[in-house]
Amino acid sequence: MIIAKVKPLEEVKTLIKDFKRILTVGCAGCMAICLAGGQKEVETLNTKLALSFKKDLTSPLIEGYTVERQCEPQFLDLLDLMVEDYDALISMACGAGIQFLAERFPNMKVFPAVNTTFVGVNRDIGWYEERCQCCGDCVLAFTGGICPVTMCAKVLFNGPCGGSQDGHCEVDKNIPCAWVDIYKRLKAQGRLDQILDVFPARDWKNQTLGTFVLEEFQARYSSKDNEGSQR
Amino acid sequence: MKSGSNLEKILTKGIFAVTGELGPPRGADLDAIREKAKHLKGMVDAVNITDNQTAIVRMASWAGSLIALQEGLEPNYQMVCRDRNRIAMQSDILGAYTLGIRNMLCLSGDHQIFGDHPYSKKVFDIDSMQLITMVKKMRDDGKFLNNEEITKPPRMFIGAAANPFGDPYEFRVFRLAKKIAAGADFIQTQCIYNMNRFREWMKQVNDRGLTEKVFILAGVIPLKSLVMARYMQKNVPGMDVPEEVIKRIEGVDKKKQASEGIKMCCEQIEEFIEMKGVAGVHLMAIEWEHRVPEIVEQAKLLPRPNPKDLE
Repeated sequence: MIIAKVKPLEEVKTLIKDFKRILTVGCAGCMAICLAGGQKEVETLNTKLALSFKKDLTSPLIEGYTVERQCEPQFLDLLDLMVEDYDALISMACGAGIQFLAERFPNMKVFPAVNTTFVGVNRDIGWYEERCQCCGDCVLAFTGGICPVTMCAKVLFNGPCGGSQDGHCEVDKNIPCAWVDIYKRLKAQGRLDQILDVFPARDWKNQTLGTFVLEEFQARYSSKDNEGSQR
Repeated sequence: MKSGSNLEKILTKGIFAVTGELGPPRGADLDAIREKAKHLKGMVDAVNITDNQTAIVRMASWAGSLIALQEGLEPNYQMVCRDRNRIAMQSDILGAYTLGIRNMLCLSGDHQIFGDHPYSKKVFDIDSMQLITMVKKMRDDGKFLNNEEITKPPRMFIGAAANPFGDPYEFRVFRLAKKIAAGADFIQTQCIYNMNRFREWMKQVNDRGLTEKVFILAGVIPLKSLVMARYMQKNVPGMDVPEEVIKRIEGVDKKKQASEGIKMCCEQIEEFIEMKGVAGVHLMAIEWEHRVPEIVEQAKLLPRPNPKDLE
């Protein structure tokens, strides 16, 4: 899932200080699960903002609405009639959702209230860890299910580097060395031979805007009527 | 003097400057650079040494710049943001300056997808605007990007690029103003074929008072043939080749297309010399270095000032 962190209150406040009618749009997808921008976080943010503005003796209207997922057009339909009542939107979706909201309402000023941080996992309640950098060419088959692109600070494909000490990464003692973990797991599985040969320089296929259409939907988007719906 | 380079001296004295271009070879080939340099010596005031242009691997631009220096040509060391982070950039700048390089052109760089290693990982740690700021900070404040003191600061004459033909057209002048505010001392433009549009752009640049703050060198590439003209028109991003230019080249016998291209280029240069705010010309005779002497001769740009007389 995509993991994000709520921005500091003062930062969000500065972004919207010149507006009188504000709608905070939450996202019940990943953002709700990582406790960054679901319905509860929308309410919390709005309350904090209202209190803070009250101290400054201002009282803008700040309301909230949480959509199922901000990254899907049909869930944004509901907002079409609502947004006209406001002069600014705060989005608590991930970076993708914020942009999709802004694209949907090009005349509205849209401000982010979260910092999208990584694609990761829920270790425990409120504890998240990065696992994937969306490189577009998965190597987990060769590395025992441990991602060297994400988990190794140097993105080594033929690690571990000389800085690996006691199972830790040289950049931080609290971070495990990805290649020690890869080595241990493959050894235990009797698959060490997979990392004995030089892994050659790879193709970084995610260096331009990512976009694709599933093969079974190609016909749908290649018809003349739909030209322009794809980039 | 900011850097004391030959190019800076010429521009500061108000002499119409001429810069050339030299692409390093795709191999460890010293003679290839020497051969190109031979044709440019005495014909240009400084020569741009390109940095893996079009994202195709070539000899390092700092190395090419040093060879140019040895051959008696003042280099304009090009650096792109695509391939190195701020650590490598600052380190290369220190090295380049220490060994006598005094001009730098700060660029974003063509995306690697156009080059010979399309799936290499891009860097773009900082962009061209930030690179200009960084080189200026190193020179004027004697500090690295992280604000730490440099024991002996490199003093570069800072160049930047501008494309009068890119989109959105109205924003191009604002972007130029930003580059000047960031610290650009001189600008080399994208190569010009659409003279009307260039005149319009120069008017805007003059009206905003930008030519009082920066030296603008107008970029030209002499057309070798109709095939080249068509290629530039259709395949080169950010290039504006009007139909009338195509027609003019098309209108002459195939064998005379090159000389027609040179003639057209010289006419452009003659206009630049008279044009308000244009401080020089940047002549990019790509893989045509041997024709540079006749072009500068025909454009009445000779003789070039002797660096010794500029002291």
